[in-house]
Amino acid sequence: MAMANLQLEPEMPVTNDEYGDTMTINGGRLEAIQRGEQVDSYTHEILKNEEAVLDIANFNLWYGNDQALHNITMCVPHGKVTALIGPSGCGKSTLLRSVNRLNDLIDSVRIEGSMRLSGDDIYTTGVDVIELRKRMGMVFQKSNPFPMSIYENVIYSLRIDGERNRSLLDEVCERSLRGAALWDEVKDRLHSSALALSGGQQQRLCIARAIAAEPEVLLMDEPCSSLDPIATSKIEDLIEELKGSYTVLIVTHNMQQASRTSDYTAFMYLGQLIEYGATDEIFTNPALKETEDYVSGRFG
Amino acid sequence: MSRTVKENNNVAVQNPAESNHHTSPGGNGLGTRRRRSKAVNSVMAHGEPWVWLTGGALSLAVLMILGLLIIVIYNGSITYWPGSIHQFTSHAGVNYMGEEFRSENFTPQPSAVNNLPDEVRDSVAVTLAENDGLSHRRLIRTANFDLLGTHFTWISDFEVIPDSDVLPEWAVLVERMTWGRFYGFPSALEIKGEIIADDPHEVWEGFQKNHPKVRRLWQKRRSLEIHDLGRANRILENARLELRRVELQENPPATWVAAYEHLHRFRAGGTQEEISEAIEALEIIEKEVGKPSDVYLQAIKSFESEHNRGQEAFLAINEEIFSLNQEMDQYKIHMTAVDGQEKILNLAEIVRAYPANQLSVWDKIRIYLSRWWEFLRADPREANSEGGVFPAIFGTVTMTMIMSLLVAPFGVLAALYLREYAKAGLAVSAVRIAVNNLAGVPSIVFGVFGLGFFCYIIGGSIDEIFFQAKLPSPTYGKGGLMWASFTLALMTLPVVIVATEEALAAVPGSMRQGSYACGASKWQTIYRIVLPRAMPGIMTGMILAMARGAGEVAPLMLVGAVKLAPELPIDRVFPFIHPERSFMHLGFHIYDLGFQSQNSEAAKPMVFTTTLLLIALIATLNISAIWLRTRMRRRFVANQF
Repeated sequence: MAMANLQLEPEMPVTNDEYGDTMTINGGRLEAIQRGEQVDSYTHEILKNEEAVLDIANFNLWYGNDQALHNITMCVPHGKVTALIGPSGCGKSTLLRSVNRLNDLIDSVRIEGSMRLSGDDIYTTGVDVIELRKRMGMVFQKSNPFPMSIYENVIYSLRIDGERNRSLLDEVCERSLRGAALWDEVKDRLHSSALALSGGQQQRLCIARAIAAEPEVLLMDEPCSSLDPIATSKIEDLIEELKGSYTVLIVTHNMQQASRTSDYTAFMYLGQLIEYGATDEIFTNPALKETEDYVSGRFG
Repeated sequence: MSRTVKENNNVAVQNPAESNHHTSPGGNGLGTRRRRSKAVNSVMAHGEPWVWLTGGALSLAVLMILGLLIIVIYNGSITYWPGSIHQFTSHAGVNYMGEEFRSENFTPQPSAVNNLPDEVRDSVAVTLAENDGLSHRRLIRTANFDLLGTHFTWISDFEVIPDSDVLPEWAVLVERMTWGRFYGFPSALEIKGEIIADDPHEVWEGFQKNHPKVRRLWQKRRSLEIHDLGRANRILENARLELRRVELQENPPATWVAAYEHLHRFRAGGTQEEISEAIEALEIIEKEVGKPSDVYLQAIKSFESEHNRGQEAFLAINEEIFSLNQEMDQYKIHMTAVDGQEKILNLAEIVRAYPANQLSVWDKIRIYLSRWWEFLRADPREANSEGGVFPAIFGTVTMTMIMSLLVAPFGVLAALYLREYAKAGLAVSAVRIAVNNLAGVPSIVFGVFGLGFFCYIIGGSIDEIFFQAKLPSPTYGKGGLMWASFTLALMTLPVVIVATEEALAAVPGSMRQGSYACGASKWQTIYRIVLPRAMPGIMTGMILAMARGAGEVAPLMLVGAVKLAPELPIDRVFPFIHPERSFMHLGFHIYDLGFQSQNSEAAKPMVFTTTLLLIALIATLNISAIWLRTRMRRRFVANQF
């Protein structure tokens, strides 16, 4: 339905500077994608200057026979917040969950292509998935505190490593809770159940848990979608603060959130990366018509 | 067509009952169908009938359960309350004395009335006719089984001389170790062969003074019989087993062993001639087949010394018991039954006695409590119809505990594999269906399996490897506490597996993913997140399993529950825990009392008290498990939204 209103762009030259080839796309990319064709993504030049923590190259993913990700190529810059936007079902979450290999839990998943975390290949035989996941933190759409005390929740990743040093654990707990802006609210009841916290507090607790092990990348899968506006703004402030010390890859449905919190934004559609660039550029002056339509709310 | 339908519909709305007459048979089917569906819909739409139906079903169920509980609690509670002793005389001139047990209305045989003396027969016949041939009769517990040959007698009201029913002041109820109760009048107290009192009042005072002292002696003798004699017996038995073990190992010539045993017997009690003959015979055999090995000869020597030690201990204890017996037997009470027969009772044989018709309420309460205490603490006597059920309580509790300890890890591990590790497929579904079906297999089948597999195959193998010296009498190769617990654990395993699987499935996937995302391995996730979260559900399964296991009787009859087993599975004898021993079980005890007892009338109230106890026991076990679950739930599941 939305497609009918789309204005088709006449022949438009696109330069994919990062990979050095020039291409021309005939007409609407979205329609081409819907027809099942492979389109090339447009990556802004500015990303070339960034130091990439996560490097995704020609990544494809299938659920059984259904291809969910098509030839994704993008890099996640170090110390920056990168947002993934796009309509529902476009593969944002799948891409995010491919980074820490949570998709491995699903039997029918098959992948092609490569992902590198600080130069180490994620998808190669012999990779210790557990060690790999310890280098990343993840925050889920719905807060999922564990059925244990607040303290134990935060230091969970250290506990499973067998860390026994009490003072270190205390220190990590306080630092993570401060980092997640939760310390002042819970410092007097660290040993009471985490399940007694409010929804927003639970989500910040999950963020504290995710940053406890000082991850190289922090993955956030729509962290505010089940929260009220006040809790949402707290989390957004928090992401702002995490910027610089952590690399954040965040999936969001909320375009305002993406524009407020992120440095870079990638727009995806039906499993393909459409445009990827600095957030300002994407929201105010996107290179592609499709991106402009999406961010201005004309479709999606 | 459509018009007709419309009309019919209108009729249906206005007057559904009448509308049936309007519908012509055969024709206009559509209209009929519509109308009927409308009527059904209106019942469906109005909630009230369903509220009544469901509510009624619930109240019926609650009523039945409450009724059962009330019957059990009422009958169980009144059993030990001391009643008064009635005495009355029949027209035939027979005196009866006893407690009224129960009463009912019945239709007497004409011969019963015809046998009455002439002067009352007519008036009885008139009264009977007035009451439609019905008469009232009472079941009197006359006791004195050793004198009368019966415990109970039915006595119809018309057989009794009117106004002869009295409550004699000095009617005394005596509970004895054997022969059941005795009802009579105390006539004399005899101590050391002398009658020291012959007035009931004085006899009773003397009895109360001496009885506790004599009972202490009796308890001392009992302890000697159980513990010390047992110890001496074990010395003898162990010596025999040790010799048998060496014999199996060394394999001495059978003819030599036979000749030696012959000699041994003469040495214990034979003439000098016989002994020398036996020695000669032994020497001849030694020449023929050779001497057995030194090890065996050594074993014989140590057996003989051990045997002598055991025998000496045995004799010493027997002597002590004999002197205790002599001392106790000096205390006697003479009782006169209501029919004039005299009975001399040893004080040591009296458990409890009281003048039933002189009791104050406090005395009654004291007797009531002391009977309950005996019931809970003492061993059974009189073919289980008197005394206590302590071994049965102990057996039930131990068996349930061992069963729970066995079934919990197995059930949880099996469910963990099924739910967490196994790849979903045909095989897993088949296993799951099989496990679910296993829960429906009749328990007696598990009993047969337990007897065949645990007792005979596994127990038999254990016997052959470790207890060869004791064969052919089995140690583990028969029913026992351990095998009963194994069998019930197997029986309740499906319950635990199914409940655990459901509890595991109910753990939110988001929690697992969160754990994986933190870098936890599968086992760490299961151990730290999934199991704690599923624990309340697992506990539910355990509660169900325990409730089923504790109340189960049928399989136990095959794998180790017995009528009487005063030797507890845990006692002071090394190695202190004897899982191979047979045990008593409250459920089986109820069956035994109710259907196997010779004195069934007297056993009936015990059925109720034992049932009450079993229900209380299971309720206690369940309530403690539920309490534990509530605590866990508060910790792991609360406030989740």
